[in-house]
Amino acid sequence: MVCERWKTQLDIYLDGELPSEQMHDFDAHVRNCASCAADALVRVQLKRYVQTAGKRFVPRAEFRQEVYRRIAAKPTRRILGWNWVLAAALALIFATGLAVTYRGRSRSDQDRTVYGELTDLHVATLASLSPVDVLSTDKHTVKPWFEGKIPFTFDLPELHDSEFSLMGGRVTYLGQTPGAHLIYKVRKHEISVFIFPERALPGDGEERSKPVKEFSFNVESWSHAGLWYCLVGDVSANDMDNLAGLLKGAGS
Amino acid sequence: MSAAEFKPVSFEELAVPLFDQLYNFAHWLTRDRSEAEDLVQETYTKALRGFASFQLGTNFRGWMYRILRNTFLTSRTGLKATMTVPLEPEQDSLELPIERETPEAMLIERSNWQLIQNAIEELPLHYREVLLLCDLEEMSYREIAETLSIPVGTVMSRLSRARNTLTELVRRKLEGGTVNGMRKMEDTTRHLP
Repeated sequence: MVCERWKTQLDIYLDGELPSEQMHDFDAHVRNCASCAADALVRVQLKRYVQTAGKRFVPRAEFRQEVYRRIAAKPTRRILGWNWVLAAALALIFATGLAVTYRGRSRSDQDRTVYGELTDLHVATLASLSPVDVLSTDKHTVKPWFEGKIPFTFDLPELHDSEFSLMGGRVTYLGQTPGAHLIYKVRKHEISVFIFPERALPGDGEERSKPVKEFSFNVESWSHAGLWYCLVGDVSANDMDNLAGLLKGAGS
Repeated sequence: MSAAEFKPVSFEELAVPLFDQLYNFAHWLTRDRSEAEDLVQETYTKALRGFASFQLGTNFRGWMYRILRNTFLTSRTGLKATMTVPLEPEQDSLELPIERETPEAMLIERSNWQLIQNAIEELPLHYREVLLLCDLEEMSYREIAETLSIPVGTVMSRLSRARNTLTELVRRKLEGGTVNGMRKMEDTTRHLP
């Protein structure tokens, strides 16, 4: 069939993805070929139907406002113009001059960023209607669920004689690195346990191993066997210590 | 250095205009309102956190869709959806001819968007997403390839299969004979003056 070559490229033609010379050739062919013109017409119709029928779902006004509120008032970035080289040079001079004094401040800024991200994740997860992807109180169900989803494994403690219970877990990310997000419950409070490879973190994880407060949440973290553990919750520092103790004892 | 050369760009400025379309796409992926809301919320949270690493001047829309889609793939629904694999092997730059006997030769009236929507919903995930990104979001093949992290040839073959599968689904629904206002073109043409 003389038209076979054209027909195999009909979608590409209608999607406007053919090179311009071929586009012209195709235009000329379609004008003179009733069969290809008919095929083109129905394929265009299908595209239009998908385009119209695809605009189907509209977000709830409350949901829209909630997300807008969250992303408002965040820092602004700037696009540099033609004189970006000058700006970069100035920045380099400043950076060189301030390098030594900056290091300590950078350390705490990095910590704040990491803790801030994990606190955001903790709050967003608990606000979700489906906070966990594996829903189980059994560590022998939750731990294997992560196999193949994250590039490491970890141990979880037995909780028989404690007031903590495991609710489940999900895969999460810190930067570009996947990690485990487990949720434990104590009385009516939830505690997030994040586990990431140490390399996911800026700087040295050991320096970060101390309890801190982030937006009134208690945050406790430590490193062990190449993994970095971080607990985030609104419970007392004592409860955080107890859960941290159980987790630290799990691998030993 | 003029103010115009230091044009401030906030995440909000770039991300807010995409909200409705991202939500629509998320709902098509998850097929559930609350899951779509979770997905969009998580996408915005991740994008906000990663905005410092986003290269201004590159494709922000593609970046947001990529985050949304990757987030979806690691969700419970996404993992379940990706367990469905295509039966036909995918080949880069495979171009399929349009089948002659297709329901595209049917006249579909505006009142039957529901039928099309149901058919789109029934498409396997890897066909649904590529079709919506192309025909609804009007992304170029290259943009789709970047968003889905697949070669352009695979985009083309998936699109072709997606359209043929959609066509087949619509045809089956029409042959069910329960759809109002949809007639085969030959039936319609009989009534034309």
